[in-house]
Amino acid sequence: MDPLSWGEIIVQIFIRFTPVWIALITTFVISIFYKRKLGLYGKLFDSPIGMTGFALVMFWVFTALFADLIMTHDPLFQVSGMKNKVPGTPMSSAGGDDLFQYYLLGGDNLARDVFSRMILGSRVVLLIAPLATVFAFMVGITLGLPAGYYGGKLDTVLSFLSNLVLAFPVILLFYLLVTPEIVQTGLPTFMAMFLFVFPLIFLVILFNSRYFTQTTKRNVLVATVLIVGGSLYLSTISQPGTPINFLPPGLDMFDIESGILIVFVSVVFVNSPTVFRIVRGLVLDIKTRDYVAAGQTRGEGPWYIMLWEILPNARGPLIVDFCLRIGYTTILLGTLGFFGLGLSSESPDWGSTINAGRRLLSVFPHPAIAPAIALMTLVLGLNLLADGLREESLKD
Amino acid sequence: MGRFILRRLGVMLLTALCLTFIVFWLTNLYPNLEKLAKTQGNFRMSDEAVTSYLTREGYLQPLPVKYGQWLGILPGHVFTDDEGKTTGRCIAREQLPEDAPRFCGVLQGDWGYSTVFKDEASNIIGKRLGLTGWLMLAVMCVMVPSALILGVLAGMREGSRTDRTLSTFSIASTATPEYVSGVIFIAVFASSAFGLKWFKGSATSAMDDITWANFTLPVITIALYGMGYIARMTRASMTEVMTAQYIRTARLKGVSFPNIVMKHALRNALIAPFTVIMLQFPWLLNGVVIVETLFNYKGFGWVLVQAAGNNDIDLLLGCSVVAVFVVLVTQLISDIGYVFLNPRIRIA
Repeated sequence: MDPLSWGEIIVQIFIRFTPVWIALITTFVISIFYKRKLGLYGKLFDSPIGMTGFALVMFWVFTALFADLIMTHDPLFQVSGMKNKVPGTPMSSAGGDDLFQYYLLGGDNLARDVFSRMILGSRVVLLIAPLATVFAFMVGITLGLPAGYYGGKLDTVLSFLSNLVLAFPVILLFYLLVTPEIVQTGLPTFMAMFLFVFPLIFLVILFNSRYFTQTTKRNVLVATVLIVGGSLYLSTISQPGTPINFLPPGLDMFDIESGILIVFVSVVFVNSPTVFRIVRGLVLDIKTRDYVAAGQTRGEGPWYIMLWEILPNARGPLIVDFCLRIGYTTILLGTLGFFGLGLSSESPDWGSTINAGRRLLSVFPHPAIAPAIALMTLVLGLNLLADGLREESLKD
Repeated sequence: MGRFILRRLGVMLLTALCLTFIVFWLTNLYPNLEKLAKTQGNFRMSDEAVTSYLTREGYLQPLPVKYGQWLGILPGHVFTDDEGKTTGRCIAREQLPEDAPRFCGVLQGDWGYSTVFKDEASNIIGKRLGLTGWLMLAVMCVMVPSALILGVLAGMREGSRTDRTLSTFSIASTATPEYVSGVIFIAVFASSAFGLKWFKGSATSAMDDITWANFTLPVITIALYGMGYIARMTRASMTEVMTAQYIRTARLKGVSFPNIVMKHALRNALIAPFTVIMLQFPWLLNGVVIVETLFNYKGFGWVLVQAAGNNDIDLLLGCSVVAVFVVLVTQLISDIGYVFLNPRIRIA
C-alpha cells in the first residue's frame, strides 16, 4: 500500500473524530438555542472568543470520553517495522490484517502509534487536571475564607505559610517530592492525608452552616457526607506498599496507582496557596459590604456568612480563575512529565510523550509535536474560555 | 519606609531560613542518604558499610545539629576513626586537623562540596549562574520591550481590530509552555524534517561563544511564554489610563493621538507592568530549567536538575538558596518600586 499524503491523513483523522464532531455540534445547537435561559453559561455564546475557547475545551473533553472509539490502535501495542515511521505510513506486514491499516501520525521510537497515544493522553490529562484544581480550590477556600474574615494571627500565620510555598521554585519542589527515595518514606501519602481532608471539612461545614436550624435535615446531610466522603477518603489514603495501609483489603475500595497519587498531591500542593491568596483578597474586599454587616446583625454564624453570603458573591473571579488554573495545572502536569517525574514512562500523557520524543527531535519530530500541539490547544481553549467568561461576567 | 523595608527584610530572612531547612530536611531523609552513600561508594554496599560511611561523614547526627553546621553556627563535624586519623567537615584533604577552622558553614562563606561534580559548590554555582545570566539578559532584552509594545498597542484603542488580534496573540503565547514551544521551534527551524536548518537545536556551543544560530531559539522560547502575561497586564493598565479624565481633556484641547499616548498615557500605564515584570523573574527560573534541559545549555537550571536528580545535598542547598534569594529580592524590589512609582501609595 502507498503511504497517505497529508491531505488524506487530515481526512482520515477527521473521520476518526466523528463522535466528537457529533457531540460538539449537538452541544452547540442546544446551548445556542436555549442560551437566554442558561445564565452565565448561555452568555458565553455571545462572545466569539468565549465560544472558540469553549469549543476547544469541549473538543478535548469529548475526545477523552470517546477515546475508545477514536483510537486506531492499542497505545502500548508495538508493531515491528513501524519504529519512527513518518505520518501516514501503512502498516507493516507484521501488523496483521485486522488492525487499522495506517499509523495516522506515525510511530514513536518504540513503534507505537502516536495518534492513539495522543488520544488516550487526553484522558489522563483531563482526569487529573480538573480534579486537582477542584481539590486545590477546596483547600484554598477552606483556609482563605477564615483568614480573610477573621484576620489577625490566623491570617498572619496562614499567609506566611502560603508565601513560603509560593517562594519555593516549583521544579525544585517537584524534584524533592517526586523521587522514588522520598516516596519510600511515605511523605506524599502523608501530604495526601492532609490535603484530602479539606474537601470533607468543606462539605461538612457547608451543610452544617446552611441547615443548622433544621436539625434532622442537617444530620442526614452531614452523616451522608461523612460516611460517603469518609470511606472514599480512607480508601484513597490507605495504599498497600506504603507506610499508611491500615484498612483490611475488603474495606479498601480502590487503590490509586502511586505515581498518579503523587503527581496529584504535588500539583494540589503547588496550586492551593495561590487560590488561598485570591480567596483571602476577595473576602477582605467583600466583608466590608453592607449585606455582610446585615447578616452579622441578624445573628448569622460566621461560617454561614463566609460560605453562603461571601462565597457566592466572589464566584465571578473564582470561576474565571478556575478555568485559568486548569490550564496552568495542565502545564504543570506536562512539566512533571517533561522531567520524567511521577507518572511511569509508559503513560500516554502528553508531558511524558513530549519527553520521550525530544531525544530524537531533530531527526523525527512527529512523536513530540503531536502531544505538544494537543497540550497547546487545550490550554489555549481554557485561556480563551476564561477570557470570554471574564468579559461576559463584567457586563452585568 | 525604613521600617517597612526592615520588616520585609526580617520576614525574608525567616522565609529563607524556613525554606532552606525544608530542603535540608528533605535531602537528609534516610533513603536519600542511603542512595548518596551508595553512589559515593558502590551500589552493592552492605547496610553496615552504609552506616559507617554516613557516620564518618557526619550524616547521622540529629537534623538541627547538621543544619547548624551547614549554616556555620555550630562547630563542624569531626570524626576520628580506629587508626586515629581525623577527618571532618571543615578539614580539607591535605590539612592537619589542628589547622582547620572550627566553623565552616554558609555564614563563613563555605558552601560545601559537590559530590557529583567533585568541586566546591560555590565555584560551580558561580560559574553556572554566569552562563544563566547571559541567557536571562538576552531574554529580558527581547521580552520586556516587545511585551510593552504589544500591550500599549493593544490597549491604545480598546476593542479595535488591532486590540483583538494582539490580545489573542498574547493569550496564545501564555498558553504555550516552554517545553511545547521549544519542541515546535526545534522541529521547525532546526530539524531535517522541515528542511529549514536556520538555527541549531542545541545551545551547548553557546556556553563558549554566543552566536545568532545557537542562542536565538532558547531565548525566544523563554521570552514567548513570559511575554503574553506582561503584555496583557500592560494592556489592562493602558485601557484604564486611556479612559481617564485627563486623557479626554488632552484630546479635547487638540493634542494629537500619538502625542497623548507617548506623553500623557504611557508614564501612568507603566506602573502596573513594572510589578509584573519583577514578579516574572521567579517564573523565568522555571523556564530556564526547562529550556536549559531541552537545549542542553549547562547553566544554573541544568545544575539544579543534576543536583536534585543525584541528591547532591550541598549543591542542591546552594541552588535553592540562590533561587529563594531571587524570588524574595524581586518581591521586595517590586513592592518598593511600586511605592516609588506611584506616589498615591504610602506605607507607614
